[in-house]
Amino acid sequence: MGWVEKLLSIDRRIIFLLVGAGVIVPLLLPVNLPVTVTPRVQAAYDAIDALPPGSRVLISMDYEPEIMAELMPMSIAVLRHCFRKHIQVVAMTLYPAGTGLGEHALDVASRAEGAVRNRDFVWLGYKSGFQVVMIGIGENLRGMYPVDFYGTPLDSIPMMRGVNTYAQLSMMINLSGSSAADYWIQFAQGRYHAPIVLGCTAVMATDYYPYLSSRQVLGLIGGMKGAAEYERLIDVFGDGRRGMDAQSLVHLIVVLLVVVGNAALFATRGGPGAPAARPGEAPPR
Amino acid sequence: MRRVPLLVTFLSGAAIASLFFIPHHKAQAVNSKLLEWTLVVYAFALILGSLSLWMSHAKKVKKRAEGWPYSMVTLVALLAIPGLGIWKGVGAGSPVGMIYDTVNAPLASSMFALLAFVIASAAFRAFRARSAEATLLLLTAIIMMIGRVSIGELISANLPGITEWLLDVPNLAAKRAIAIGVGLGAVSTALKIILGIERSYLGRS
Amino acid sequence: MTPAQTWIAAFLTLCVFSFLYKDNPFYRFAEHLFVGVAAGYLLAVQWQNVLIPNVWTPLVRDQQLLVLVPLALGLMMLARLWDKGAGIARWAIAFYVGIYSGVAIPGYMQAQIFAQLADAAKPFAPGWGAVNSALVLIGLLGVLAYFFFSMPHEGVHGAGARLGIYFLMVAFGASFGYTVMARVSLLIARVQFLLRDWLHVLPGS
Repeated sequence: MGWVEKLLSIDRRIIFLLVGAGVIVPLLLPVNLPVTVTPRVQAAYDAIDALPPGSRVLISMDYEPEIMAELMPMSIAVLRHCFRKHIQVVAMTLYPAGTGLGEHALDVASRAEGAVRNRDFVWLGYKSGFQVVMIGIGENLRGMYPVDFYGTPLDSIPMMRGVNTYAQLSMMINLSGSSAADYWIQFAQGRYHAPIVLGCTAVMATDYYPYLSSRQVLGLIGGMKGAAEYERLIDVFGDGRRGMDAQSLVHLIVVLLVVVGNAALFATRGGPGAPAARPGEAPPR
Repeated sequence: MRRVPLLVTFLSGAAIASLFFIPHHKAQAVNSKLLEWTLVVYAFALILGSLSLWMSHAKKVKKRAEGWPYSMVTLVALLAIPGLGIWKGVGAGSPVGMIYDTVNAPLASSMFALLAFVIASAAFRAFRARSAEATLLLLTAIIMMIGRVSIGELISANLPGITEWLLDVPNLAAKRAIAIGVGLGAVSTALKIILGIERSYLGRS
Repeated sequence: MTPAQTWIAAFLTLCVFSFLYKDNPFYRFAEHLFVGVAAGYLLAVQWQNVLIPNVWTPLVRDQQLLVLVPLALGLMMLARLWDKGAGIARWAIAFYVGIYSGVAIPGYMQAQIFAQLADAAKPFAPGWGAVNSALVLIGLLGVLAYFFFSMPHEGVHGAGARLGIYFLMVAFGASFGYTVMARVSLLIARVQFLLRDWLHVLPGS
């Protein structure tokens, strides 16, 4: 067996170790690589930044703990931006397990910016049924949420005076890890014409470019990298930016693995047309 | 006997599609009510699924099949969590909420995180430039992986711009075509279901 | 999280990651626990957030008899557990499928088909932007040609479809790059949890 064959049949656990080291080392020894802001995140920031102080926005944090790595830093960054601009936030979630997460994001952001519950934000909590809630807000918010998460009647909350449909909310911001984003576009934007800014997981991000072009979505924050960009725009150093060194290094490792794998195969079997894997070389489970 | 289910599908589908176009608040109240009913039916579908899961693992335990002690773990969790949830609620701070944060969230996110390792290994073994199409896919993926993170800009200041162009032009074109295709497919399938042409969802008779 | 919760979460995280070495009892325990807890949690949530507010409260407190309709449909769904009950369960499935088919028609038509076609048909951007606009339109037509299987992919149609494949490959490459990014982000968060919240060895922890 030549060295190329040996390289191609390398134990997958060595690759796992490389990836693990690629995450652990930069977290222990950060160099804080610069984060460049991409146009779509800038557009999301600009859309929110252009709202006059005193505007009200609806923020739905539709995610559960398994993907909070991407969406929690984003939620905190967007909320901090709103509070800093004195934009009042009506916050909610469409996921039961998102209740604690939304509350945590509001807590962190409000402490950092000095925002006060029921003056600067309202937490409506969880309500089941995507479309039911979206139509409910479009028709009669108080019918859907007579009280906030803590049982306070919406009528007794000063910032909620006069707010009862999307028409009284300047924007809908959806921070989503699921198909809830599609429904917000279909119902809140399509049916009730609410302007939407979307934050989503990186897996989902490329699918929403058509909606950016058609202006059904005004700006897009994609994954932990998008969150890091937003943190840079509002000049804070959160979990998004903290993870970017490791993100860069692991991406580099994956790219090198792809290049080495292709180069080795090219060297042994004459390049394109060669089979992807040798017989019996089953991919890992 | 499928005539009644087909009629139910037709009536419910036609009603909800028509209600979308009627802006009157009473029509929307009916719309919301019908959607609420689906939530109840969905809840029972989940109960059905859980009962099926219970029976499958209980059978394994009863027969002392291979790995039956692990099935016991599933059964205990499947019994205890709903019991606690019905008794004490599921919100933040409740026992179920705490179990969710302590057990479910780390397990789910760790399972997802495993994929980072598997993707790296698969990329090394299976991501090959075997044809022009595969080469294009591979090159785009490499440019995206490098160009979208901080290290990309250190390698070349043009890389972020290239990735943005790839997303804004070829990606946009393909994803728009997929969105339109999926939309047309979904609408035509929905129409076939409502009109009773597509019946496979009712299973074999 | 309390220290005890952090330790349990760390143990379960390591159980899952132990699979990277090889399949083992710790991983199988975690896997089965996850299935039980996730299914049990869903049941508990459905009870508290759907069945109580949408069935129990309206029926018992407000005496709204209309709620019996979704309740009956839900109970019919459970008839699926018996072979002879499959016919009755079809009524509930028919209602559910009918409603979501009806929801899909206006939703997809408005947000995906019409809005995307309208944007595709708008005038090209001025200056050099026109080149990109033209490329998006060409790519869209190419990918739609590829998805059109009612005619053989030959001649002009075949050339268009071929071009469409290249656009699709770029889009899939971009999606792959972003998928890697997402999975790595989740891994980073798990490692951050282990190093910061559990071991307290990260800078600033």
